[in-house]
Amino acid sequence: MAKIRNAQDLAKKIGECEGCLKAKFEGKDGKRAIVICGGTGCLSNKSQDIHDAIVNKLKEKGLENKVTVNFVGCFGFCSQGPFVKIFPENTLYRMVKLSDVDKIIENDIVNHQVCEDLVYVDPNTQTKYPKQEDIPFYAKQKRVALHGSSMIDPENVEEALGYDSFKGLAKALTMKPQEVIDEILKSGLRGRGGAGFPTGRKWQFAHDQDNKMKYVVCNGDEGDPGAFMDRSMLEANPFNVIEGMIIAGYAIGAKEGYFYVRAEYPIAVMRLKKAIETLNKIGLLGRHILGTDFSFQAHIRLGAGAFVCGEETALLNSIEGKRGMPRPRPPFPAIKGLWQKPTIINNVETLANVPYILRVGAAEYAKVGTEKSKGTKVFALGGKVNNVGLVEVPMGLTLKELVYDIGGGVPNGKKFKAIQTGGPSGGCLTVKNLDTPIDYDNLIAQGSMMGSGGAIVMDEDNCMVNIAKFYMEFIADESCGKCTPCRVGTKRILEILTKITKGQGTMQDLDYLQELSFATKNGALCGLGQTAANPVLSTMKNFRDEYEAHVRDHKCPAHECKDLMEYVIDPNKCKKCSMCARGCPVGAITGVVGKEAFKIDPKKCIKCGACMSTCKFGAISKR
Amino acid sequence: MAIQNIAKERIIEICNLYKNEPTPLMMILSDIQKEFGYIPLEVQEIVSEQIGLPVAEIYGVVTFYSFFSLKPKGKYVIGVCLGTACYVKGSQAIIDKVLEVLKLKKAGDSTEDGLFTVDALRCIGACALAPTMKINDRVFPKLKVSDIPGIIKDYQEGKVEA
Amino acid sequence: MEKKLLNIKIEGHPYQVEEGLTIMEAARKCGYDIPHLCTFENGLCSRGSCRVCLVEVTGARGLIASCVYPINEGIDIHINSQKALAARRTSVELLLSNHNKNCQQCIKNGNCELLLAAQMTGARDDMYQGEQTETTVDEIAPGIMRDTSKCVLCGRCVETCKALQGIGVLGFQKRGFKTIVGPADNRSFSESPCMQCGQCILVCPTGALLEKSEIEKVDEAFKAGKKVIVQTAPAVRATIAEEFGEKIGTTGTGKMVAALHRLGFHRVFDTNFAADLTIMEEGTELLNRIKNKGVLPQITSCSPGWINYMEYFYPDLIPNVSTCKSPHEMEGAIIKSYYAEKHNLKPEDIFVVSIMPCTAKKYEKTRKENAAVNNLPDVDAVLTVRELARMIKRAGINWQKLPEEEFDNDLLGKYSGAGVIFGTTGGVMEAALRTAKFILTGQEAGFLDFKEVRGQKNVKEAEFDLAGQKVKVAITSGMANAKPLLDDIRAGKSPYAFIEIMGCPGGCINGGGQPYVKPCFLPNEKDNIRDTYRKKRAAVLYSEDERQTVRQSHNNPDIKAIYKDFLGEPCGEKSHHLLHTSYNANRTRFPKK
Repeated sequence: MAKIRNAQDLAKKIGECEGCLKAKFEGKDGKRAIVICGGTGCLSNKSQDIHDAIVNKLKEKGLENKVTVNFVGCFGFCSQGPFVKIFPENTLYRMVKLSDVDKIIENDIVNHQVCEDLVYVDPNTQTKYPKQEDIPFYAKQKRVALHGSSMIDPENVEEALGYDSFKGLAKALTMKPQEVIDEILKSGLRGRGGAGFPTGRKWQFAHDQDNKMKYVVCNGDEGDPGAFMDRSMLEANPFNVIEGMIIAGYAIGAKEGYFYVRAEYPIAVMRLKKAIETLNKIGLLGRHILGTDFSFQAHIRLGAGAFVCGEETALLNSIEGKRGMPRPRPPFPAIKGLWQKPTIINNVETLANVPYILRVGAAEYAKVGTEKSKGTKVFALGGKVNNVGLVEVPMGLTLKELVYDIGGGVPNGKKFKAIQTGGPSGGCLTVKNLDTPIDYDNLIAQGSMMGSGGAIVMDEDNCMVNIAKFYMEFIADESCGKCTPCRVGTKRILEILTKITKGQGTMQDLDYLQELSFATKNGALCGLGQTAANPVLSTMKNFRDEYEAHVRDHKCPAHECKDLMEYVIDPNKCKKCSMCARGCPVGAITGVVGKEAFKIDPKKCIKCGACMSTCKFGAISKR
Repeated sequence: MAIQNIAKERIIEICNLYKNEPTPLMMILSDIQKEFGYIPLEVQEIVSEQIGLPVAEIYGVVTFYSFFSLKPKGKYVIGVCLGTACYVKGSQAIIDKVLEVLKLKKAGDSTEDGLFTVDALRCIGACALAPTMKINDRVFPKLKVSDIPGIIKDYQEGKVEA
Repeated sequence: MEKKLLNIKIEGHPYQVEEGLTIMEAARKCGYDIPHLCTFENGLCSRGSCRVCLVEVTGARGLIASCVYPINEGIDIHINSQKALAARRTSVELLLSNHNKNCQQCIKNGNCELLLAAQMTGARDDMYQGEQTETTVDEIAPGIMRDTSKCVLCGRCVETCKALQGIGVLGFQKRGFKTIVGPADNRSFSESPCMQCGQCILVCPTGALLEKSEIEKVDEAFKAGKKVIVQTAPAVRATIAEEFGEKIGTTGTGKMVAALHRLGFHRVFDTNFAADLTIMEEGTELLNRIKNKGVLPQITSCSPGWINYMEYFYPDLIPNVSTCKSPHEMEGAIIKSYYAEKHNLKPEDIFVVSIMPCTAKKYEKTRKENAAVNNLPDVDAVLTVRELARMIKRAGINWQKLPEEEFDNDLLGKYSGAGVIFGTTGGVMEAALRTAKFILTGQEAGFLDFKEVRGQKNVKEAEFDLAGQKVKVAITSGMANAKPLLDDIRAGKSPYAFIEIMGCPGGCINGGGQPYVKPCFLPNEKDNIRDTYRKKRAAVLYSEDERQTVRQSHNNPDIKAIYKDFLGEPCGEKSHHLLHTSYNANRTRFPKK
């Protein structure tokens, strides 16, 4: 591809690419296109093999020139992956197995017949949905940050150019930097990484610094366990995020940008790297972008497995080759950041919103959302919910809509108990919070936070004390160890929680928990430390009775805490088959095949649960 | 364990790759970890000489980040995902079982035969496949506790390509 | 430039303080001492990590670490708010919950900043209990001990080792609750490139870093009936009084000698005698090098910390370093040879104790190169100033009521003013200059005060005319300061003939074995004591020098006598055997384990 030297070049190229992509989607000249989900989730589920098999099969049939095949980014509906989509019909096949490939080629590509057994069926209504846009999971979603995801080939800049990329940058470069910042301020965009600081204000601080060297850092160190928004965006459309970074660089007067990405995300890193190389080749990165005086270069830095590096000053230390320990503030990074130079640190999703804002204008952008939280938010919906996946919804959607309309509710007829948002820094919300419209301030008011967008649903089988313990284990393990409240405080909180889950807690321990949690909140050095106790505080507030049951009655109401529960076999349901006894690793189950119902010796039982998962008759339960 | 001369040369080469970087330590260590599988003190000394940082500082960085390791890892690294989505679906029982089968005490340990290392991972991002674990690059979706012994046995008996 | 004044409020009261201060500094000026642990030396080390200095600031989110937060116009500070009081107390209680609380047997008791913080915040005993971080105790190195169970992770030692000595032996390792501070690989100081200068001990708030005590060794010698002879380094007299509550800058010579007599030492000598001897030897060595076109510049060798550093990082400069032993080693060798001979004592029956401002000397005495007589170590035990003070207190001696006594005048009793000033940076140089002309020409130098080489500047240089020859000299202390000079020598572009290098910044008056200078324990000193203490201690030495009638080493009558009766001539054969040493070019920084 030739170098794009100025705005006219770009406009021309965009025109060409839009034409090509339109032709692909609309099947011009009778051509077909097959796209396959190349997100990490689907790749883990063999979508690479499916891709290769499709390519081979097409060759075998002599169709390789009639049908194009490529990977696209995440479809979002991960629990139904891997996905294969056919253009121009827009037919979406889900849960495709390697063995389905022949069928897809024979029936659909050769004979133009939809493979009925591979289309999505709504489990509640049994309705079949052959087309993606009709599936209820997508109905309430709006894709802004995920623009291009599942549509374009993330490794092909021409598809990106044909799908709106770099229109925002072109627009920005016709404006003054201050005008760009004003546009972002007007849009109401707030940081998507956690606390929701207004992005435009951050930019303004850095813009106002008089310094030759400034930096833009993109925080892609998504450490929140159970969240993968940033990864998906980088995997699905790296061009969009890079475009956001270039615009940010232009606005604040930076010439260099750094992507700090988790090393656990090899595919995202690979695609980002390729995209940066391509953009350098075609002149959208490098010197004199679009013939202006503005030059910008982007670099990638990898994390090395430390959650705390998601904290912005720790991240800067990590780039600087140091232990990822947060710095006291002030000075703020916008004044003294990377290598002591003014630096803005924006999360991947924040930057992914920027091109859209420039493209459609702040006013249009701000039409979506609530009064103080504009636009959309991407959530990684997971846990005990039917539709696990990545969703982007307008701010102001209620938690109920998220869990039930999009998530399809709780599986196996279990009862919804809580939804945890904000990851380890967030909190657990309950049934009574379900009607809350999602936005930054509402979630904080309810005792949780937006965080980066993890949304984990829990059902009646999840013990909330245990969940709090899980998060504290995580935090205590990931604490950098710099400040006392986080280093020692979280450890002591974890010890008390462990005591409680073992049934050894006292009522005074509950007071200590409260006291220590507040001390950590008030006294810790960084944002992560200050929010570290949130899972404890929110579960203690919403599920105090569960804590008390552990302490006072030595009972775990959800039957999850091993020391406070036991497995029992219902003699009436037992078919005396001995399957459970054979699966028991410690020989705790005895009985006589065909004659005598089996019994578990609680003294020998190690509570591994193997018996319960082996019993086909549902005779074994927890008590 | 003496560092072979070839290894030393290679480490110097890696350091030189990042000569123009203002703060190259993380990149150098990442490359070394990837290539050699671990970063022992002797290697840190070479890096220290090349880039002029005290060994104690490099050691501090190596021991801070969980991706860097001071000791070689097993041939098969079993990473059990303990991200929230996997945890609520029972991944604690999975890792307990893995450790039990391999007779190891805690995550991070390696078997004596050098075949396996067990790590606890924080979300590999395959939440729809929860609970999951990885053995090297292969992902095992929707695991049950009862799957574990068989999977490990396959690796022990060499039925799986490394 | 006049600093702008800002209006601030503390507990509702208005104050005006200059711009650029932290809340803690501003509060101190207004009469508030905020408890603190991790901060030290106003900014050299302020990690804002211990959270013991939290205060409430109206309008700020959460509580603020006052040691790192800069004041601004109109800031409204509350030190005494209930929220701040509780948070500070919890921080200390949490630290105590992961601390080895055997305070009664802890040497740091009385100087422990954690205990002080506990008192100031009203921390409750055993409020939180739980697992302790895995402990490492390093007692292998002869000079310094490390006990991580006492460490509060303030990072002062890490910063000090890196900033002052440019080495960075210490670092944080692991993370979270497992974090500890130590040499790489959690090794002993003796298996790392540590110069054992002890500067880390001086800044440690608790008992995590301490000198390795040799009091018991001295007790054993007494018990075994040995002739226990003690010598005291020049810099000890400048500081020992501090240990008994006297103000910094108080002379302690006479009382110290009196105390040593009461502790039962057979003889009490002054290492100054050997300092004079060093000048004779080292001066002669220098002039020989100049005359014979030997390797220049010559670098002093009195500081064992510096020697350690040199062996680890600049072994190629060994030819530049004077082969003279450090003065106390010379003194030990002379006691076990000359003194023993004259008194008809067996060297094996003599036990030499050195009272030193230094922890590296504890290591130095173990070097096999420093065993001149019958393979016996020249010196048997080295006690720091702090250890001597403990011995004095242990014996029930009341410092205030001690008389002033003189060193024992027995062959090695006399010393010159030149020997006294060895204890501060520039002292060795000045002493050498006072004698150089005499060695060269047999004539006395016209004047004695070489003020150019005095003072606390990082690097001092001067040029002198020595009998028609221009000689450039330099003086430095602290390895971070020395490094550029050493790199110049290595590059072959050093303009100097003679360089004085001391391991500790400021020389021995700031040695790692000296009394702690912690403002929080010095209510009678001014706020700026950290900026002035070295100068005050050096002043003690310069005034003692001025009081001496003999102020040049070569005019010390006992020196004249020993050359006449025993040694022959400086740098002669006997000197070479007793007073000179050699260095190790093959010291590995991290020996294989």
